[in-house]
This record gives sequence, structure tokens and C-alpha cells, in this order.
Amino acid sequence: MALKHVNAVVVGAGAGGGIAAKELSEAGLSVVLLERGGWSHFWDYAHDELISQRTTPLGNAFGPDDEKYRRVVVDRDGSSRVVLPSEGAYCNNAACVGSGTVSYGAMAWRFMQKDFMMRSTYSAPDGSTLEDWPIRYEDLEPFYEKAEWEIGVAGDDTQNPFAPPRRRPQPMPPFRYNTEGRLLDPAARRLGWHPFPIPMLRNSVPYGGRPACIHCRFCVGFACEVNAKCGTHNTAIPAAIATGNCELRTQCVASEIILDEKGRAGGIVYFDETDRRQTQTSDIVVLACSATETPRLMLNSRSRLFPGGVGNRNDWVGRNLQGHAYAGAFGLFEAETYDDAGPGACLAICDFNHGNAGLRGGGAICNEFIRTPYLFTSRRPPGSPAWGRGHKDFQRRNFKRCVAVHGPVQEMPVFDARVQVDPAVKDYWGIPVVRLSGSRHPHDLEISRFLADKAALWLKEAGATETWPKLPGSGLSGGQHQAGTCRMGNDSKVSVTNSYGQVHDVENLFVADASLHVTNGGFNPVLTIMALAYRVSDYIKREWKGTRFRA
Amino acid sequence: MRKARYPRRKFIRDVAAVAGGLSVLPACNKSRGRWRFFTEEEANTVYAICEQIIPTDQDPGAAYAGVPNFIDKQLVGPYKRFQQAYRKGLAGVQETSLAQFGARFESLKWDQQTEVLKILEAGKARGRTWETGSPKVFFELIRDHTMQGFYGSPRHGGNWDYVSYRMLGLDYPQVIGQNRYKKA
Repeated sequence: MALKHVNAVVVGAGAGGGIAAKELSEAGLSVVLLERGGWSHFWDYAHDELISQRTTPLGNAFGPDDEKYRRVVVDRDGSSRVVLPSEGAYCNNAACVGSGTVSYGAMAWRFMQKDFMMRSTYSAPDGSTLEDWPIRYEDLEPFYEKAEWEIGVAGDDTQNPFAPPRRRPQPMPPFRYNTEGRLLDPAARRLGWHPFPIPMLRNSVPYGGRPACIHCRFCVGFACEVNAKCGTHNTAIPAAIATGNCELRTQCVASEIILDEKGRAGGIVYFDETDRRQTQTSDIVVLACSATETPRLMLNSRSRLFPGGVGNRNDWVGRNLQGHAYAGAFGLFEAETYDDAGPGACLAICDFNHGNAGLRGGGAICNEFIRTPYLFTSRRPPGSPAWGRGHKDFQRRNFKRCVAVHGPVQEMPVFDARVQVDPAVKDYWGIPVVRLSGSRHPHDLEISRFLADKAALWLKEAGATETWPKLPGSGLSGGQHQAGTCRMGNDSKVSVTNSYGQVHDVENLFVADASLHVTNGGFNPVLTIMALAYRVSDYIKREWKGTRFRA
Repeated sequence: MRKARYPRRKFIRDVAAVAGGLSVLPACNKSRGRWRFFTEEEANTVYAICEQIIPTDQDPGAAYAGVPNFIDKQLVGPYKRFQQAYRKGLAGVQETSLAQFGARFESLKWDQQTEVLKILEAGKARGRTWETGSPKVFFELIRDHTMQGFYGSPRHGGNWDYVSYRMLGLDYPQVIGQNRYKKA
């Protein structure tokens, strides 16, 4: 039986897709929201470190699973290998309702004004496609505000002199400092820096009908036991369903965008929970599957007009894959710094996001989330014993005496860091899988070394007896902060969508996830993904009233 | 007063049944002798290697924590793909051990065992097995799996008796339901 035609299909129920589904269904459009995973529940994996989103040796708590999914990674020597979702090189984003917003650390950053103008501020280094966004911070500001109030953010930007201007404060008071925060705050001030509490998509007080955080040890990497973490699974998606206009279909894996003879999108072909092939037709299609899966879906959708994949006339789909190089330092202290009070990460500085001599940008530096015991086994000064009595002594002595400060480096986009579809390897449903290749720009490593030095300085000022740097490798970036593969821009030759996420040449096909990011900020990207999804939806709603996107 | 009282006789019978069930539990502990993947010989080698990686001192080590049980369990589950690496790697450990000290790994003295593992870790082990597989890669594999078994959640068959959480001074189950931040 054919499925009933709807106004919009949204693919991916994560940070972007959840919001697009809510906005469109509230505006009266009939919406089908497709999600390849299902609803996740805290008790599925509870506080199991080996199946979390942070450390995944035995699998991904929030999907995808190792049985049905594969990717191909091309190493620097040109050889390729198949990787599983539980392996780091896979660059996994969670496959469940809410996606990463279920298990994230939930930092709620607004990008700074210069983050939207990287090329005009710094000029592009050799080998980078560094560019300005087609929009400015001011264009996104109202949508940041909407995300903060509708999803829920605890923070106080007035304590951050580098924060971009805002009209309205964050809705919840910031989280208090834990022991680390109380140690690091005065140290930063002595250095002349400007520490402030990290804005968080987490309830510091009851908000949105959900309780306040109980400060448990487990946070980043785990679902919240008391539902105090704010994601689209407990805000936007229930709101979308409550309109009566949105149908959420879980365990549905999209394989192709339907394209007609005129090059317009006509819906989505997907495999349902019983692996049956279904065709859902629609007036518009919104892609929000992550910066790896969105380009994969586009590249797998070919027609006479788009032989290389929809929207890919100029070979820009899947290009410029970015994430975040994480740079910082670890420090050991005489006294215990661990107070078993989550979320752990509580303060940051933005003194080094911009204006660093000889460098293009930088990044925020924050104290780290609580380190779980297995994760801590890899936190060692260089040359330390990795096993035996030395390992055990270090673990026992320093688990509660180790502080990490680090931050996400704004990366220089590289054209050849890319997502393709593999010509041979297919997943369980027979869909060609993502093929990842390329590497980081060397400038990212220069910025990383600079930030690592500042981090070490900070820890020493706070009384660390020993510090050692945390530096990224030079391989391909991506990971959970993956972005950039369907760049938005005004020139259709060097971008994939216009400034509203509308794919060039395909007026009823939209992207509403981090694929749109031209650059990825020196910050965790989720609030920007949410704000962009609000902005893309706002445009669709306005256009819908006039043309309904009918040719 | 409730109408239907719980008959005393039934109560005693039920308590006896539960207590009997509990007394069986330590016996389950001994069932670590029944392996899912390892042979008895391999299991002995794995015990000795894991204990080297996280030795017993004032706190219990990897053997007490049931790390071999953890690895064995994962090798027929998510770690099926490492079965051959273990089969071959454990044979290689014996080969290196025999070549170096003329005896099986588990019967070597503590420091001799350490030396064999250091040779593996440095990738310098020789022997037929290692001609087609890296000793370094195998050592890193079993080292990492030992860490997972010792420090990960007890639900996977390691971290017996929450030994690593006790060692680190972490409450388990965690005490929650209170605001743990001190008043600033």
C-alpha cells in the first residue's frame, strides 16, 4: 500500500531534524520524521562505561550497531579498510531519537562574530578552503535565542567579556563551580584571563517540565537518569508529535532521495523496521542526518540531471569535512581535586578564541567532564608505564588528583578531507557506505600547540605539580563534532546550499544540520546546529505560505 | 491487620529457598573454570598475563577481578573478530617464553613473565607465530582488554566485587538524589 503523501519528510531526528520537524509541524505542514534508530532509555545501558558514547569498546549505547553498519576509511598511504561503528575512525554520531543530544556533554555555545568571518578576518592559509559564512552572527542571533529558550540553557554570558551581543539572557542560572572550578577560577584571574561558567543545555533549575540536574558522576556519554539534560528527544520532538501533524517513524533507514525529471525532490525511499522498502512522497525534503550521512544520502541519490549525486554538479558535496582538534593539558595536584560532582566541566575562558598573534582563530579552553575509570587509564604523562605496578599506582594515586583543561580548535577546512560513497562496500540494506579520506590542515596543529601551552600555564598557576600536553594527531577530523560537508554559500559553484540551507538547483530540498557549517567555530557546535535548523525552518515556513514549493 | 496473613510455614520455606539460592552464588564464581572460548591451558596463560598487567598489591589484581572471564565472554560476543588474534597470540606467548626461559609462561617466575611481556611490547619477540603477526599489536590488545575488564562495569564479567571502584574510592552504586555541590 502506498504511503500517504505528506508536505515534508525530515530525515534524521537529531539536533537539527528534531527542530525542523517541530517548526514545520507547528506551522501546519504534515511531516514525517524518519529516524534510523529508536527511542533510547537510560536503563538500556545505564552507567556502563564500556558501552557509552564516550568509550565504545563493546558498542555504541545509542547506536548505530556493529552488525548492520560499516564505513570505509582511506589511510594516508592510500590503502582502505572497513571500520565498525564502535571504532573511533568511523566518526560516529548516535543513531537514536535525539541522536547526540541524548548523551552529549551539552555545552551550549554561540559562535562569536568573527567565527562567521574567518576568511575576511584572517585570509585562507595554503591548502585550505577557509571562507566566510553567507550569514553573519546577527542573522543567527534570534535563532540562538529561540534555541536557548525552547530547548533550555543554563548560563550567564554577562560574565564572559568576549561573548557576542545578545538581546535576552539565558533562561536558567549557570551551574555552580565544582572543586576544579574553584581552583581554576582564581588562577585564571591571576593570569589576567576571564573565566566564566560554561553555558549548558542542562537544567540547573527545573525547566520545561523536567527536573534539575542532580550532579551525578556520569554525564557526557550517558543518557540522563533524571531527564535533566535538554535534547531534542525531550523537547522539540515531543512538541512536534503533540501538534498532531508529525509522525515519527523509528528504525527507518533512508536510502535515496526521490528525484523527478525536472530535478526536484519528490520524497524519500527508506527501509522500515521490518527491512521493507518504502516510498514516502512529499512536497519538500529536509536532510538532517549529520555531516557524514547527509552527503552520503545525497551522493547515493542520482538521476539524469544529477549523475554524481543530487546537488553535486560542482563536486562540493561531502567536501571540507571538519570536526575539532582538541588541545589542552593535564595536571596533577597534591590535594584531591575530584569531588564526584557532575557534570564536571563547569568553567571556560574565551581569551584565546581570536586575536592570537600569527594564528588564524583559536578555541575556548574549558575544564573537562568527569573522567571515567577506563578512560583514565589512557591519561598518562609521556613515558609512564602503561601496565604493571606503575600503572596501578598511578591510577590509584591520581584518579582524584588530575585536572584536564582543553578546548576545541577551530579547524581550517580542507577540500580533500571528504565524504564519498564507497564503490564496493555496502551496509546491511545494500546501501553504499560512507568512504572517508583526507587529513587535517597543519595550521590546526599550530593552534593546538598554542592552546596546549596556555592550558599548561593555567594548571601550573592553579598549583599543578606536573603537567603534560594533550595534542591531536594529524589524521582526518570528524567525530561527533563533524561539520562542513554541504557548505552554505552565495556562489553555487563553491557551495552546496544557499544561505537558507536550500540545495542549489533543487528548490524543495533542504539541509538542516552541521553539514551547512562553513567553519566550525572554536566551540562545541550543537547550539549553532539548532539555531541554523530554526533559521532554515523559518525560511521554509515563509516560502510555504506563498509557493508551497510547487513548480 | 491484613486479612490474609503470610503463613509462617510458607515463610520459612521461602526464606530457606532464597538462602539456598544465595549459597549457590559463590559456586557460580567457581564456574569461571568453564570457558566459552579459551581452552583450559589458554585460560591459565591469560590469567598470568592479566595479573602481570594489573598485579595484586594492597588491592586485588586482574585475576581476582575476573578479567579472564571478561575477555572470554567478549570473545564470543562483540570481540568475535579478535578470536584468531588471541588463539595465535597466546601460542606466540608460549613460544617466546620457551625460547627465552625454556618453560611455559604461567610457570615462569614473576620477573621472567614481566620480561617476556616487555619483549612482546617492544615488538622484539621472535618465533614462528610472530612471523605473520605483530607481538606488539597482540600485547596492546590484551593490555587494553585487561583495562576494560578491570575498570569497566561489572555487568560484563570483570571488575568482580567492584574491585576497581573500591580501589579508586568511587561509590557504586552511586549515591544520587542530592545536590553534591558545596555552597560556594
